[in-house]
Amino acid sequence: MSTAAPPSADSDCAIDVVDLAIRYHGQLALSGVTLQVPTHEIFGVIGPANSGKTSFLRAINRMDLLTAGMEVSGSVRVEGRDVRSWRNPYALRQRIGVVFPLPVGLPMTIYENVALSSRLRGTRNKADLDVIVERCLRRAALWDEVKDRLDSLGSLLSGGQQQRLTIARALSQDPSILLLDEFSIAVDPVTTMRIEEVLAELKSEMTIVLVTNLVQQARRLASQTAFFLTGELVEVTETETMFEGGAKDPRTTAYVEGKFG
Amino acid sequence: MADMTHAADRRDLAWWVDRAMQVLVLAGGLSAIVFIAGIFVFITREGAGFVFDRLDFREFFFSPRWTPTSSHNPTYGALALIAGTASVTGLAMVVSVPFSLGAAIYIGEFATGRVRETLKVLVELLAAIPSVVWGFIGLSIMNPLIIQVFDVPVGLNVLNSGIILGLMAAPIMTTIAEDALKAVPDTYREAAEAMGATRWQVTFRVVLPAARNGLVAATLLGVGRGFGETMAVLMASGHSINLPTSPFDSVRALTATIAAELGETAAGSDHYQALFTLGIFLFLVTFAINFAADVFVRGGRRKYRRRGRRPAASANP
Repeated sequence: MSTAAPPSADSDCAIDVVDLAIRYHGQLALSGVTLQVPTHEIFGVIGPANSGKTSFLRAINRMDLLTAGMEVSGSVRVEGRDVRSWRNPYALRQRIGVVFPLPVGLPMTIYENVALSSRLRGTRNKADLDVIVERCLRRAALWDEVKDRLDSLGSLLSGGQQQRLTIARALSQDPSILLLDEFSIAVDPVTTMRIEEVLAELKSEMTIVLVTNLVQQARRLASQTAFFLTGELVEVTETETMFEGGAKDPRTTAYVEGKFG
Repeated sequence: MADMTHAADRRDLAWWVDRAMQVLVLAGGLSAIVFIAGIFVFITREGAGFVFDRLDFREFFFSPRWTPTSSHNPTYGALALIAGTASVTGLAMVVSVPFSLGAAIYIGEFATGRVRETLKVLVELLAAIPSVVWGFIGLSIMNPLIIQVFDVPVGLNVLNSGIILGLMAAPIMTTIAEDALKAVPDTYREAAEAMGATRWQVTFRVVLPAARNGLVAATLLGVGRGFGETMAVLMASGHSINLPTSPFDSVRALTATIAAELGETAAGSDHYQALFTLGIFLFLVTFAINFAADVFVRGGRRKYRRRGRRPAASANP
């Protein structure tokens, strides 16, 4: 049985956040976030709408550069280095796979969706791409459903399939960190369970930050869970402890027990 | 209970307004079709007698001799006019496609905030410049400039009118192309950016392919504009009947011929009807171009959106 002590900021820490605050057009959306995401674990982030969960993810892969009016202060260290010191933010984003709430099948073939990341990095060899595409689709539990129609449009797949395509695309980046933002919102329960199995396997290879609106999903997957509420990090606790009444803050207990949110 | 039945059957003001507006917009929509059909019927009727009785199709399409005012042997070869229009439009596209595509990509994908808004307004302003002003620029600025730079005797030629027409068509093409880029959902951009794609990679790999049909449509509408443009071409092309062999040859456009000659003809004469035949030809070509553009736009919509437009409510009372 693990203890509730948070891991220290050592080399086992994939993402190290200190005093993170995020503003949109001067308005505070999230503040005072200090936490460490341990390497090769699934880190859950729960909280009601508008609690700042998505903003937190956007700060990690520097989407603030692309969002008008978004300002980030404090520090976010990925692999020991502040993300704002990466002089090539594109290289940072290549290391971080992102899965958005609504599936985004890019308007190209299924094959091209998964091959895109490698192509962006200059891989041209068809045989190499074939291998990458098959491996990533298999790992995202989509291969069997699409292997006969890799040349049809990715944007025409069903919602659940598109979300797995999105995951395959993220995996094709060969990321060290995978950020999932409420991936199951547009996915049926059966597909959700399949993706959850995939995630449980993936954590041996990458660090996963799982933002979820389903507290039970965090409970099933995450080793530690952070609770965000109205732009504030309430606490980070071992998931089991949090769900068995051991949360430090009564608001957390109330939320995981479904009393609000 | 009686009250409830009453409420279910009562047609209130909103119901009647809805009904009236449906009829009104239907009338508006039908009128557009009626006008187009009316125009087509009119020019066809004016030119029909000539087309069916006296027009020699081989002469019309393959002879460059357009001498309708000759007293002993009038000829109606439109080849030179078609070639004139085609060469000017072709050059115009060479000028306008890179300009408008570049401008649209900059405005749609790279510019932000005030720069973007300012540019959009400027481009729309450019589109509103009357064609006679462009013709004037062709006559008084481009003409001496071409004579000077290329050392040719006449500066009113394919080059002049092609550039003028290209600059004229560019703003409207930019606007339509930018609309096509804007129609590409931001989620596509965000997804590609999150993968580490650079701005240019996002544009080139994701946005442009997704907007391809709209961009083709923008170009086709530019071609249509070039085909139909009259005044600027009349002023800048030199208006002389010629099969152009170089950009420095003066040419004459179909539209300019109609504009310049129709006032001089007797209604119903062969010459008059021949000009209407040119009109029919122009109408058919521009119709085909616009139709093709429309097909492309629709193709684009169908291809990338799973969810189509909500079907219009039926007018059942």
